[in-house]
Amino acid sequence: MLIMACCFISIAHSHNCNSKFYGEVHDFHDGLPIIGAAIYIETLDKYTTTDINGKFSVENLCDGKIIVSVSHLACETKRLEIQISGDTFYIINLEHHIEELNEVKVEGNRIAKLTKTSQETLLKTDVIERFSSFSLGDALKQISGVSSINTGNSIVKPVINGLHSSRIIVMTNGVRLQDQEWGIEHAPNIDLNTAGSINVIKGADALAYGGDAIGGVIVLRPSSVSLKDSLYGKTITSGHTNGKGFSLNSSLTKTYKKGWYMGIQATMKRFGDFEASNYNLTNTGLNSKGFSIKSGYKTFEQGFNLYYSYLNNDIAILKSSHIGSIEDLVNAINSQQPLVIENFSHKINAPRQDVTHQIIKADFYKRFKKFGRLQVQYDFQNNKRNEYDIRVGNDRDKPAIDLTLKTHTFRTSIKADSKSNRTYKFGLNLGYQNNFANPDTGVRRLIPDYDKYDTGIFAISNFRLNDKTNLNFGIRYDFSRIDAKKFYQTSRWEERGYDEDFGNIVIDDLGTQLLTNPVFDYHNVSTSVGIAYNIDENNSLLFNYGLSNRTPNPSELFSDGLHHSAARIELGDLRLKQETSSRVSGTYSYNRNSLSINLEAFYNHINDYIFIEPTGTELTIRGAFPVWNYNQTNAMLLGLDVNANYELNEHWLFNNKSSFIKGRDLTNKQALIDMPSFKTVNTLGYSNKKWLQLNTELQSELVLRQNDFPNNNFEVFIPTTEEMVLVDVSTPPKNYHLLHFKSDITLKMSQKTDLNIGLNITNILNTSYREYLNRLRYFADDLGRNIMLQLKFNY
Amino acid sequence: MKILKKISILLISTLVFNACSNDDDNPAPVNEEEVITTLTATLTPNGGGTAITLQTRDLDGDGPNAPVITVSGPLATNTTYNVNLELLNETESPAESINEEIEEEDDEHQFFYQITNNLATFSYLDFDGDSNPLGLEFTVTTTNTTGTGNLTITLRHEPNKNASGVSDGDITNAGGETDIQAVFSITVE
Repeated sequence: MLIMACCFISIAHSHNCNSKFYGEVHDFHDGLPIIGAAIYIETLDKYTTTDINGKFSVENLCDGKIIVSVSHLACETKRLEIQISGDTFYIINLEHHIEELNEVKVEGNRIAKLTKTSQETLLKTDVIERFSSFSLGDALKQISGVSSINTGNSIVKPVINGLHSSRIIVMTNGVRLQDQEWGIEHAPNIDLNTAGSINVIKGADALAYGGDAIGGVIVLRPSSVSLKDSLYGKTITSGHTNGKGFSLNSSLTKTYKKGWYMGIQATMKRFGDFEASNYNLTNTGLNSKGFSIKSGYKTFEQGFNLYYSYLNNDIAILKSSHIGSIEDLVNAINSQQPLVIENFSHKINAPRQDVTHQIIKADFYKRFKKFGRLQVQYDFQNNKRNEYDIRVGNDRDKPAIDLTLKTHTFRTSIKADSKSNRTYKFGLNLGYQNNFANPDTGVRRLIPDYDKYDTGIFAISNFRLNDKTNLNFGIRYDFSRIDAKKFYQTSRWEERGYDEDFGNIVIDDLGTQLLTNPVFDYHNVSTSVGIAYNIDENNSLLFNYGLSNRTPNPSELFSDGLHHSAARIELGDLRLKQETSSRVSGTYSYNRNSLSINLEAFYNHINDYIFIEPTGTELTIRGAFPVWNYNQTNAMLLGLDVNANYELNEHWLFNNKSSFIKGRDLTNKQALIDMPSFKTVNTLGYSNKKWLQLNTELQSELVLRQNDFPNNNFEVFIPTTEEMVLVDVSTPPKNYHLLHFKSDITLKMSQKTDLNIGLNITNILNTSYREYLNRLRYFADDLGRNIMLQLKFNY
Repeated sequence: MKILKKISILLISTLVFNACSNDDDNPAPVNEEEVITTLTATLTPNGGGTAITLQTRDLDGDGPNAPVITVSGPLATNTTYNVNLELLNETESPAESINEEIEEEDDEHQFFYQITNNLATFSYLDFDGDSNPLGLEFTVTTTNTTGTGNLTITLRHEPNKNASGVSDGDITNAGGETDIQAVFSITVE
């Protein structure tokens, strides 16, 4: 334990100059004396330290008001006004738990990891700012082992170790994002610019956030607030050649020494049609606007925060991807380029998504001496999703999907950290969620109306056995109930055999449709065990085991209908149970002088893994469609993520990030669909502080073809050509290699103002390629070259 | 106190919010508006005779039941038939005609016809404002070949009517989105 305290005392002159200022310096957490704290009196140039009992004494002071400034290396500075009148005694409480100090910070950025024994990676503000005009999914791809599943280039969902959507928890500002994350074409409704740092925890070990994060947890935290009188802000603006777009983000924060703060932030992005290397991607623009306001009062001992955020994304979806039949799909696959290529436009036409997400949050915390910290939080989220299809007649401007998802969450936790070598955290979460599917769309509901109730309790403990070893245990219980009201076509109800198994949930019979009231309860227990061991200065190990359960999401239970962009009928299953993951992982880190290597390996065995697979074809008036059913199987995923860094000298740097993953369906003895393929990214960087703090980087990104994939191809009769055709929906695209360039310089405009100018070129060679995990890969190439100029002011 | 006041205002306001949105009534059923359940082609022989009807009818739309396809009788050789198409949404009661919508947006729709074994030829009778074919009305002229074959009627939404061959009824370059594709097994005697 490194304890160091300095007290700066300045003294105003007065008449009696024989007074003594004496006292003790204590640790706030456990009340123990802090030994060897340094005390320096500025005006008298007197210097002393606390003794073995944490006591100090300064003699021959004059009476009057003095200001004691207590600082602590890499810690909080404390300022006290003390009236010296004769001999004066004081107890000064100091805070030495570094990770707790994120609550209030004084100088610099002190961003910490959230766990000690998990596979966790931290993205700092500079990385986030570089991706200011992109999405969360784009930024997270900087982490080895994190990829993305895309619908085009604006709808980007993070994939952690091969898992995504409901298998990942996204926390923003302490709120668990509830934004219909079940759908592959539903990107997280997050403005990256609201975050000061992002922690990505692989696996379900961080039980405080939820027990169902089989893939992992993404935690976005706002920049911390300084305890001083200050007004600061930043503005980032960028222009892009691809999509002829711009983005603008600005924030302003006012802080007060006493702990009050207030901040406002706003973002705007506007892009037109993007382009692949050889053609325009017609109807792929984006219009995004968001803002957030925060306010509160923060001190070390107590505080509260209020937060509101608004984000609206209007995203155009590649026009060529809207198809009506298998024949259209065959035409699209066989055509080497999109069937619709028009001139560039900023217009956002159907098909498109218009999604608005709002968050209101209030939290309060109080720290109790010699005990720990209590936190209480309430949040409300409103997610409104409108999806517009290409429609005819009066319905032309009507959304085909109109869903409103409202979520209320109450959470409270107690962290007992009075002993620095063992801490405990207990928590309770209560949630209520309501989904409303507007019937005015004139299209049968994709997701039914439902109410969902969640309760979770958890206990987590951290033990520091010695300087080298940390242990972590966690256990969590979750109950959730989903109470839905769903219409089924009578023919579908019978075809599924629901009339036999669920006859008792029919509440109304409308002839061709049945109204049903499925109510399902799920009980889940999750546990985690982790150990971190530092072998010596240079080598360390982590080992983890996590057991977690995930309740089927509404899409897996209730889907029922034609999915246009995929030209398939997707059917949920009321009989699905929760899936159970057992994940074992190990990390080895080597860190010496200029070389650091981090190897993260995992094995994830998932019982009753929920996935969607083709089961046959159905004829409709539009022709034949393949039917894809949600089903359960036993699956395993294993992988290795590598991050190696080598500093050749003070200017040159080499970095490699690689990830390898394999997914198997153990029951059907075949590969799992949509597994990221092998990827390796090599970066050569040069920086020179003397040349306007120049940073440059040349990056090579190599993605190999995914050779492990299930064969879901099928044959279909095409009436217009009178042929049986093999529809190849399975074969992954070829290898690709991209080169990227990045550079920036920083100009000091004045004492408080910096201007950072960045020039980034992605896909320098304008290579044409398609990515396996892009759902629009059947229809068009991925993005061509983009040149981005970014200006960043800090003031 | 100030803190508590703010938090309680927030809590109360969200409770009110919640109370308004929470509604125990059963949801209203959705009757699909754009579903085309039924396509009927009425073939009237030029110069009189019994009309022949071809029909495809799929009352559960995207549901599991396959469309029911009926052909009322055989066609005669060397005969020209005037054909009228009628499109219905029979999930609504009374059934809604879709013809009107298609006529209103005739520039965004086109029917295509194909037949195997060279049993007949087709020509359009109705056109949009740009004089491009629509195809709710057309003629079928049988040749002197007898036999059986497949007559396919396809409706494309937003086809590229200016693409090569499309205005002559060739679907190859039409693109767009398929709204209907019906295959009728017919006999010419």
